[in-house]
Order: sequence, then structure tokens, then C-alpha cells
Amino acid sequence: MSTQAVHVEAHEHRDDIRSRMGMWLFLFSELLLFGGLFLMYSVYRFMHQHDFSIASKEMNTFFGTMNTVILLTSSLTMALSITAIKRGSRKLSIFFQLVTILFGITFMVNKFIEWSAEFRKGNFPGSAILLNKPPGQILYFGLYYSMVGLHGIHVLVGMGLIAFMTRLTIKGIINKDDYVKLETAGLYWHLVDIIWIFLFPLFYLIT
Amino acid sequence: MASDSIALDHNGHEPSYLEYEGKHKGLLGWILSTDHKRIGILYLISILSFFAVGVTLGFLIRLELLTPQGTIVGPQAYNEFFTLHGVIMIFIVVIPVIPAVFGNFFLPIMLGAKDVAFPRLNLLTWYLYIIGGTLVLLSLILPGGAADTGWTFYVPYSVRTGTNMIFTLTAVFILGFSSILTGLNFLTTIHRIRAPQMGWFKMPLFAWSLYATSWIQVIVTPIVGITLLMVIVERVFHVGIFDPSLGGDPLLFQHMFWMYSHPAVYIIIVPAMGVISEVIPVFSHRTIFGYKFIAYSSLAIALFGSLVWAHHMFATGMSDTAEFVFSLLTFVVAIPSAIKVFNWTATLYKGSIELEAPLLYALAFIFLFSIGGLTGIIQGALNVDIYLTDTYFIVGHIHYVVFGGTGMGLFAALHYWLPKMFGRMYNKKVARVAFWFVFVGFNVLYFPFFILGWMGMPRRSYHYLPQFQTYHVISTVGSWILVIGLVLMLGNLLRSLINGKKITERNIWGGETLEWTVETPPTFENFENIPDVINGPYEYKQNEPATIEEEVK
Amino acid sequence: MEKNKAHEEHGYGMYILVWLALVTLTGLTATVAGINFGKLSIAVALLIAVIKSYLVLTEFMHLKSEQKSFKVFVFVALLFICISFTLLFTDYSFYVR
Repeated sequence: MSTQAVHVEAHEHRDDIRSRMGMWLFLFSELLLFGGLFLMYSVYRFMHQHDFSIASKEMNTFFGTMNTVILLTSSLTMALSITAIKRGSRKLSIFFQLVTILFGITFMVNKFIEWSAEFRKGNFPGSAILLNKPPGQILYFGLYYSMVGLHGIHVLVGMGLIAFMTRLTIKGIINKDDYVKLETAGLYWHLVDIIWIFLFPLFYLIT
Repeated sequence: MASDSIALDHNGHEPSYLEYEGKHKGLLGWILSTDHKRIGILYLISILSFFAVGVTLGFLIRLELLTPQGTIVGPQAYNEFFTLHGVIMIFIVVIPVIPAVFGNFFLPIMLGAKDVAFPRLNLLTWYLYIIGGTLVLLSLILPGGAADTGWTFYVPYSVRTGTNMIFTLTAVFILGFSSILTGLNFLTTIHRIRAPQMGWFKMPLFAWSLYATSWIQVIVTPIVGITLLMVIVERVFHVGIFDPSLGGDPLLFQHMFWMYSHPAVYIIIVPAMGVISEVIPVFSHRTIFGYKFIAYSSLAIALFGSLVWAHHMFATGMSDTAEFVFSLLTFVVAIPSAIKVFNWTATLYKGSIELEAPLLYALAFIFLFSIGGLTGIIQGALNVDIYLTDTYFIVGHIHYVVFGGTGMGLFAALHYWLPKMFGRMYNKKVARVAFWFVFVGFNVLYFPFFILGWMGMPRRSYHYLPQFQTYHVISTVGSWILVIGLVLMLGNLLRSLINGKKITERNIWGGETLEWTVETPPTFENFENIPDVINGPYEYKQNEPATIEEEVK
Repeated sequence: MEKNKAHEEHGYGMYILVWLALVTLTGLTATVAGINFGKLSIAVALLIAVIKSYLVLTEFMHLKSEQKSFKVFVFVALLFICISFTLLFTDYSFYVR
């Protein structure tokens, strides 16, 4: 495959590398979006090490670990759905995509249960209980709700994206020879997974 | 390769992109068009409209400062004016203007392509831009008043002020998103759809500058996006992030803000440098000096520009280590810009120079940007900056860099490319006269800022001491001259679009880049065939005698 | 159309192996968090997170078989975060506010 051939083809035909490149560049800006939050986190954790450690005791490590496993498994099913469509098994691919969405929903339900528990304890933004805590703990919860919340929004967007891809797969627009749309949706989903891989130890596992 | 779907006109010519009729007609044919050229024009119209609003605000600020006490508006209105002037000029005008207008229009043509990599995404960026711009204007009209924090939105004031901050912050967030998508689109375009023989080092320098700019856009814009989003979240939900009463560190906001906003200076200036690199060889009829140095220096600026943000914070009580490191790095970032200036002057040397409006603006760019750059170095020195921080010196510096740099780059680009875009020539004499009004007005307006700053006049101040008044009056008079120049210049360009001399000649100025090989104005598909790219972009030597002959004729 | 399929075939088995490794590492990091390594515990947690992300990037996201420019891109993005982090901490490591 000479570079020239690729370029000629790019003018007249479909260019999958172009689509994937666009998605990767978009993922970098997503990465930097969270990168900004991670920078803020690192500064505040550095300034308030003790408070962060105390505040994180309020987190339910079991739920956190469960959610990590759920999201990792959803990444697996996403990758499998692409292999399936490549090999021409459309039904299997649709099955894997639906399972991925299902895992996403489970993740969000877990989050809902977790947040409700925190709210009952009074650990929500602006509450008198939280505002009476030391600054480091207010910041911990501020960052926790912002970062996990923004991640949750990304999970929702990712689920919507995969649902759309499922529709396209059913219609046959995504098929054995043209599956780059599914691939780019997969890239997005994996990035959401990677961000969680970092959020998990930073919020749940502080000793 | 004229595609079958395009109807030819009665002469058997392919219609230009201006006349082309696709699925939609009339206005819809423009606002739903994914043609990179039409999107470029949409951006041109909208950005120039916002520019007019920004200029009006700036004009009113200067009018207010004519006397030491209140002149035409109260202090709150004054705060809102300078904030909106900054927000509009920075985020809505100079950040997008050159990439979104001329990048969109000419990047694909310069690379020998029919469109950008993602045409529909390209149209989406314009809609995001319009939504962002509208939000800013809404904040001015709606009750509560426009943001009054200055364009830097420093916390804790931006968290606590009662004005329509959320509109402005959301607007900047959306504009940032638009900027990221444009950058992403250009990067993919440059990587994937160059003409087969268009190697990296055959790309015009304008394309190189857009490449470097796009990287900065994609990488650093999200940082300011998330930072401003956090300020919104903090305002609405009282989530503790930056506000010290909630445990936050306001200086962290400044770090995060400048982590984007300093590189943003390079998003603003690098495309303008690209324009200058196009204009100078064409109007001095010489091969550009040090092509690779100019190309690489764009990348170097993109890299080093990301490492110097905290030099905006020398007087805030950062650690001494940080102050030392950032002061040192600030001196390094001046090097690639200086390389470009040396290369441009070396290109002009012994060239057969043609003093048309584009070159006049390009020379003004070099002159004003050098003053802006050198005053920047003065403030990069830690000890001097402690004294000059937040005085008019910095206001003078930013206007020399941003307006003297990107503004002049924009005007050069308008005079250079507008005839190609519309197939109409402006009145060259009026253009030259307008230039002198702009140039003189600019210097009379902004040079006194350096003196005022040196004397200790604080920025953003509504009242001032009587001893500063002379310089303020000179500056205000300068603003009148500048506005006359701008009206004359834009009026001349606008008039030319309606009844200027029609031109069909492809190569209007004798340029060697690909946009001069296509029809004037370009056809819908830009090229009949994918062009052969045999020469580099600025090979004038073999053409020089012919070009000069044409000029004599 | 062969050109568009830039990467080689990825089998079901390979993915399941990667997934097993990821789940094991998650278990490891959750268990290890109980042990107090002092200052090192965050380093251990981050190291495991980096290994996990590396697996997701190279295997699930096929970075391994993408064009070289993609790898350079990822490097640039990560480099920027690292540099920003370092420079930010030239302030916060020595601050006296």
C-alpha cells in the first residue's frame, strides 16, 4: 500500500483511516478535557492529603470495583461486536452491541444508587453538612461530583452512540465491508472506559 | 473530473461556487451548504459583523476615557463594555477569524483537494459559532447585565457577581468546542487528502501555520472549556472547586485559564504569520527565504507556547521556583517568532517589491508585531513585570500583538484573497489611503498606552488621575483616526463586491500556490483534475523574468 | 477496499485474554489498596491504571496496528499532560500561600 494510492483513493472513495483519525483527534480533546480535571485533582490532593483520605472513606469500594468490572466487560463486548461484524456475523454483532448498552445502563444504575446514598448522608454540593467539613473534604466531593458526573454524561452519550450504530447495523448500513462507524463508536466507548480506569483508584482507593 | 450532477451554464462552463445550485436554493443554499468555500464566506460575514460590535465597544471605551471622571457611561456599564470588548474580540473574532475564513476557503484548494475532510462537521462548527456569539450578545441585552469580570473571568469575582456570567461562560465553552472541531477537521484534511504529489515540504506555509494552530486548538482548548464549565458548576450548584469560601484555590483557576489562554495567543497569531508568509514572497517576487525554518518555527511556537502560561501570574504570589522557570521559558518562546521575522525581511531583501495593499499590511504586521513582541519580552522579565503588571503597558502589548499582529494579518489576507474569492477587484488607491489611516490611527491610539503604563496608569480603571489625561486624549483621537481608516477600508472592500471591476484572470497577483491556478472565483469542485504538484510553493526564480514582464505591461 | 482495513484480524480469544488481564489487575489494585505502602500506594495504584489503559489502547482500540502517525498523536497528547503537570507543580511543590 503506497501512500500515493491512499491519497488518490481519499479523493474519490471512502477513506476509513480518515474517519478513525478524526475520532482519535476528538478523543484527544476529550482526554484533555478530563486532563484538566485531573490536574485540578492532583493539586488539591497534594494540598489536602489528609482530608482527601478521610473523605474517600465515605465511598463504597465494592460499588466502585463492581462498576470498574462492568465497564471493562462492556469494553470487551464492544470489541467483540466489531470482530463479529468483520466476520460477517451480523446477528452476533447486534447481540454484543446490545449487551454493551445493557452494561452501560447497569453502570448508571449503580451510580444512581451510590449518589443517592451520598445525598442521604448529606454529602451533596451546597449542603450545610458538607460546608461544615474542612476545605479539603469539600473539594474532594466537589471534584468527585464533577468528574464522576462528567464521566457519567459521557457514558450516556456513548450508549446513545452505540444504540444508533445498532440501528445502522440492523439496517445493513454497517456491514462486513463497511464498519468504520462502529469502530469509531467503539473508540469512544473505550476512551470512556480508560477515564474510569483512572477515576476508580483516585476516588475510591485512597489510603 | 466534472461530475455529471453539475449543470453547466450556457457557455458550457462549470459555474462558480457563488452561482452553483445544489439541493437547496437561495439563503438555504448557503446556510445548509457543506461546501468549504461557502462556509468560509458564512464565517467571513458573521465574524466581520461581530468585529463591528467589538470596534464599537472599543470606540465607546476610548470616548469614556477622554476625561478623568465619568464622560458618557457609568462605571458598571464601563466594566461591562471592556469585558465584552475583550470577549468578543478574543473569542469571537481573532481566535477563529483566519482559520475559519481563509483556512476554510483556501486550505483545501492549496492542498489540491475538493473539500475538507469532514464537510458536515465543518458546517456544524459555524452553527456552534453562531450560538456562542448570540449568547454573548444576549448577555448584553437581557436583564442582569453583561459579564463585568474582564475577559479573563478571574474567580472568586466571576463566581459571585450577579451579572449574566453563565451566558458568557457557556458561550466561550461552545465557541471552544467549535474551535476544536475546526482544528480536528484541518488536521485530518492535511494528513489525509493532500493531492498525491503534495509532499509535506511542498505545502504552502499558510497550510503549515494552520497545521500548527490546529494542534494547539485540539490540545489546549478543552482545558479552558473544562475550567469555565467548573466555574458554571460552582455558580449554579455551589460545588467547591475554585471559590476560597468553599476551600478552593483561586490561583488554580488562573493556572488553568492561562494554560489555554496563553497558547490561544498563538492560535491567534500563527495563522496570521502564515498569511504574511504567503504575501511577502508574492509581492517581492522572490522565493521565500528559509522555507523549512518558517515551517518548523510554527511547530516550535506551538510547542513552546504551551510552556509559558504562568508568566501572566508573576505578581500573584506563586512560588519563586515557578516564577524563575516561567520567566526563563518566556524568553525561549521569543526565538521562533524572531526566526520568522528574520526570514521575512531576508525575503524582501533585493526583491522587486510591489507596494500593494496586501504587502503594506504585511509590513505593518512585521513592524507592529515586533513592537508587541519586544514589549512582551520586557514583561517576561520577572523584576520588570512586578512593576508593570496590570498597567496600561500590558494593554498596549496585547493590542500590538493581537491587533497589530492578527488584525493586520487579517487585513492583508482580505486584500490578498478577497478578489480571488469574489472575482471583483477593489479600488487599489483607496485601499492604500485607508491603510495609512489605519496604521497612523493604530499607533496614535495604542502607543500612548506604553507611556501611560510606564507612568503607572492601572488597566480597567474607570477613573484616572488628571496627570494622565494628555495621553488619554491623544489615544482617543487615535481611535477616531483608526475608525475612519477601518470604515474606509471595509467600505472599499464591500463596494468592490457590488460594483468593483470584474476579473476572471486566474493568477491575480502572480502567486505560485495552487489557489492561483483555479478559476476566479473558484468552481464548485475547485479543480477539474487533481492537480500535479511539481514545484515547491514559492519557486519564483524560473518565473521571475516573465512575472516582471507582465508587471511592466 | 483492502487499504481501509489497515489492521490485522483480531480474534475473540485474544480479546477475552485481555479482558481477563484487565479484571485481574482491577482485583489486584483493589486488594493492594488495603495494604499501606505509605507514599508509594498512589504510585502503585497509578502504575496499575497505566498498565490497564495501555492494554485498552493497544488491544481494544487497535493502536498497535494503526499507522505510525496515530502513535505519534497519542504521544503528543500524553506529553502535553505530563509537561503541564510538571510545570504546574513548579508552583505547588514550593508554594507558601
